[in-house]
Amino acid sequence: MASFPQVGERIDGYLIEERIHSGGMGVIYRVTPDVDPGFPVAMKIPRLGYGEPGETITTYEQEQTVMSVLHGPHAPRYVGAGDLATQPYLALEYVEGTLLREWVARAPVAPEEVARLGAALATALHGLHQQEVIHLDVKPSNVIIRPGGEAVLIDFGLANHAHYPDLLAEEIQRPVGSAPYISPEQVLGIRTDPRSDIFSLGVVLYELATGGLPFGSPTSPSGLRRRLHQEPIPPRARNPAVPEWLQEVILRCLEPDAERRYGSAAQVAFDLSHPDQVTVTDRGRRLRRAGMATRFRRWVKAAGMEPSSRVRPSAHLASAPIVLAAVATRHGNERLFQLQRDVIGKLMAGDSQVRLAVVTVIPPSSIAGAESEEDIATTQRIKHLVLLKHWAEPLQLPLGKVSFHVLEGSDAAATLVDYARVNGVDHIVTGSAPPGLPLATVWGTFATKLVGEAPCTVTLIRPSAAQVASASAADPGPAGHPPDDDLSPGVV
Amino acid sequence: MKLALFADVHSNLEALQACLEHARLGGAEEYAFLGDLVGYGADPEAVLEIVEGHARGGAVVVRGNHDEAAVDERKAEGMNAAADAAAAWTRRRLSARQRDFLAGLPFTVRRDEVLFVHGSAASPDQFAYVTDPRAAGISLQAAGGASYVFCGHVHEPVLYYLGAASRPLPFRPVPGVAIPVPRHRRWLAIVGSVGQPRDGNTAAAYAMADLERRTLTFHRVPYDWSGAAGKILAAGLPERLAVRLRKGE
Repeated sequence: MASFPQVGERIDGYLIEERIHSGGMGVIYRVTPDVDPGFPVAMKIPRLGYGEPGETITTYEQEQTVMSVLHGPHAPRYVGAGDLATQPYLALEYVEGTLLREWVARAPVAPEEVARLGAALATALHGLHQQEVIHLDVKPSNVIIRPGGEAVLIDFGLANHAHYPDLLAEEIQRPVGSAPYISPEQVLGIRTDPRSDIFSLGVVLYELATGGLPFGSPTSPSGLRRRLHQEPIPPRARNPAVPEWLQEVILRCLEPDAERRYGSAAQVAFDLSHPDQVTVTDRGRRLRRAGMATRFRRWVKAAGMEPSSRVRPSAHLASAPIVLAAVATRHGNERLFQLQRDVIGKLMAGDSQVRLAVVTVIPPSSIAGAESEEDIATTQRIKHLVLLKHWAEPLQLPLGKVSFHVLEGSDAAATLVDYARVNGVDHIVTGSAPPGLPLATVWGTFATKLVGEAPCTVTLIRPSAAQVASASAADPGPAGHPPDDDLSPGVV
Repeated sequence: MKLALFADVHSNLEALQACLEHARLGGAEEYAFLGDLVGYGADPEAVLEIVEGHARGGAVVVRGNHDEAAVDERKAEGMNAAADAAAAWTRRRLSARQRDFLAGLPFTVRRDEVLFVHGSAASPDQFAYVTDPRAAGISLQAAGGASYVFCGHVHEPVLYYLGAASRPLPFRPVPGVAIPVPRHRRWLAIVGSVGQPRDGNTAAAYAMADLERRTLTFHRVPYDWSGAAGKILAAGLPERLAVRLRKGE
């Protein structure tokens, strides 16, 4: 079983073309399958048998199980697997692109580039977490950036899928993973928290932004445990070109206590895509590590750290969704606004880690067609930002929980759908007029399209006609803003 | 070949019918009943009628502690009051043929790489509970080299698996997910209770093994628990037994 095929040999329905990698866990070939799946295929053959580490078979089985059920663009597509008893192999999509490691070799890279790569990686991790998979070995050599900019995770040998027995859990007394990147939970042998991947993402961001590793490459157990209580040197102290918002994001990913990290990778992607909306705290500004008192508190906390009972990744994500409130700053009516706020208030209640994006869509500035288009566009944006913030004031949301966005688009529904898709929005809450009112037709087209095409849950707020009529008579609109009678279709 | 695994039916006809229907639609070709066909519920005769039919068709049926108590008063000693009352009530209901059927059930059945047993394989006639990795390890040790031990007795579905380490680990299965169970590892499946679920979910539990593809799927099947609970009350059985179905605990 320990022999590996030669180029030109056939295994099941695959022709071995080229040996592309040989590592401790096995050998990877480029192969041509008899049945063309429509993309290039690689075959991974594990090193099994006498003299090989016993865990190779475990990681091979684990990877086969996870790959056979994963889908989407953020993992290599599964083609097939061989029988463990005769010829074990994994046939997977050969992903074209560049290893993230190549950027790390050139680090520090520009903050915008860190944000772009980081957002792609965070989006990919969210895609895995949504499928109940935690990668647990996130590092630059396990990430491929496709030519289109999408990130793909490879090597799922250490991954955990909440729907299947964790064959690696038996190594519970011993950390599994790559020393520079693994989370404090993994150091303690916990393999069931998706926020472990967020920690490793933080290490990768740190490395891209500074060119250094936040915790070095420890080789001893005590060296590994240091990350349970010690925070890294702030990225800005190592590279002054790192902006405060980026340091805020990186250090929040690297919080030793998973509860203090981002609630989901989608929220990391959101912040990396909206630098101007990141609430910078002391974490983003500091140029030295936190003081001794904090470190001591953390050490005490780390000493008592216990494995928590198992929660599925999707349950974690459910407590940390991104909610989008689409606010009709131009056509709204206070009654509708109030109903919409009531629903949002309930969604944000409790200590859950919901993030709220308050959004409106205005026509593209070019349509405005004035002399200094840019000035007018800016004035327009500020006007609508003010309205959005005023809309959200009664909710009294803490800083960092809410962000405001004025989007431009001639088709409001399409613009929102696109925004929701790119930003991993989980739930859109929008207004809708009751049938029979003058604006009902415009609203109806908008609502139908939004509900039909949104990649997530959509809640339509619809007051009764009587409620709207009485409110319109009594109330001139939000913030004294008279209802706009411009009915350009699709404007929310 | 798909094998449907039912444990702890406990005279709950509604739950058994719902699970059988679910298994039939899922392509079940063979059946195994892992003990405690009777006790607690109000339909021992109808349940035994169905199980005896399957037994004649080649189904595996093993003996549970409640099956013993339903034919032998002495075996009811040590049971809690409700179980004891239900056993006494069941004894009066069964025909001589049904008593013979229960009395003749084996403690274990071995078919190739599978061992069927109600409780622990380490002491099939003592009905030891497998409630932790240690007990699961002892049961697997005593399984005579079988790759799979399918059992009941403990009403919550759990899959214990043996990896490279010597100690089996418990896994709480997610309903409807086909779990790969390759035979080079060893597996102990507690398939959950058809007739008296106790994990806070009222739906009946059973599992389906696909021995060719080597997968095991745990299922939950909603059934008319209100009807079953009503019959328990109407029969004058302890109220607590009806409440359990309503709460699934």
